[in-house]
Amino acid sequence: MAFGVLASTSGLSVPQAGALSLLTFTGASQFALVSIVAGGGSVVAGLGSALLLAARNGVYGVTVGPLLPRRRSARLAASHLVIDETTAMATAQPDEHRAREAFFATGISLFLCWNLGTFLGATGGSQLADPSAFGLDAAFAAGFLALLLPHLRTAPGRAAALAGAAIAAGGLPVLPNGAAVLASALGVGAGAWVLARQGGRP
Amino acid sequence: MSWWPILVLAAGAYACKAVGVWLGQRLPRTTAATSPGPDGGAGDGRLVALVALLPAALLAGLIVVQTIGDGAGISLDARVAGVVVGGVAAWRRAPFLAVIILAGAVTAGLRALS
Repeated sequence: MAFGVLASTSGLSVPQAGALSLLTFTGASQFALVSIVAGGGSVVAGLGSALLLAARNGVYGVTVGPLLPRRRSARLAASHLVIDETTAMATAQPDEHRAREAFFATGISLFLCWNLGTFLGATGGSQLADPSAFGLDAAFAAGFLALLLPHLRTAPGRAAALAGAAIAAGGLPVLPNGAAVLASALGVGAGAWVLARQGGRP
Repeated sequence: MSWWPILVLAAGAYACKAVGVWLGQRLPRTTAATSPGPDGGAGDGRLVALVALLPAALLAGLIVVQTIGDGAGISLDARVAGVVVGGVAAWRRAPFLAVIILAGAVTAGLRALS
């Protein structure tokens, strides 16, 4: 629901918010695109950041791929459900059978909730008399913070986040806002350095 | 917002997922089994480790830009208070919707006062 509210207050139509949730179905990327473009950033910077965030789903795909159906049509449909939550639930199961069940149960229920929520949030949000009265920028930032918290559980994650924040803050005075976000991706270097010092262990 | 960025993101995000799954079914089992999970564990390849760390770096950058960015530089204003309140709520495991509404409302309230 949160995405629908923020998307419609940012100026997306209800069909646009709905299409993003139905077709993209990966929250952080959707929020990133909408927040950067709504904040006056360039579409290229917004898309770049959103696509870099989406790349992690490829890594999840490699992890859960062996559990998913091999038949082409079923595989292509199941691929759409590869996100943080389904991967976490599947990898937490003791055996393959339960992992597959957890993947589909989580994926299908989240897909339904996410899209129903987007529709309700976008319809409700578009009824707001004066969306600019709401602290949209702070709402986005707090949402990103909530999404970031799980990544801070590991030392490389904390290092990457710290470096990303520092790069963005340093970039703000000299770069457009969207480009400062894109530049923060270079923070992964710090995370990789910590990872290498640990000898590759998480 | 125009439609094309929405469709490009949808296509790109789906391609990432589908290529990952396709690779996962073709790589030897041991490689796939040691790939990182969502909490960013260590994987085999350096590229895999870097991709798994991207959300941490980008989300932190997004927070900074949304909280203190103002088009031509840095500005510390009512947003900071909203984000701090929302952050505490998130840390105390408040629901996602409550976190963003709290942050937006605190910021809006301070703006109305000033």
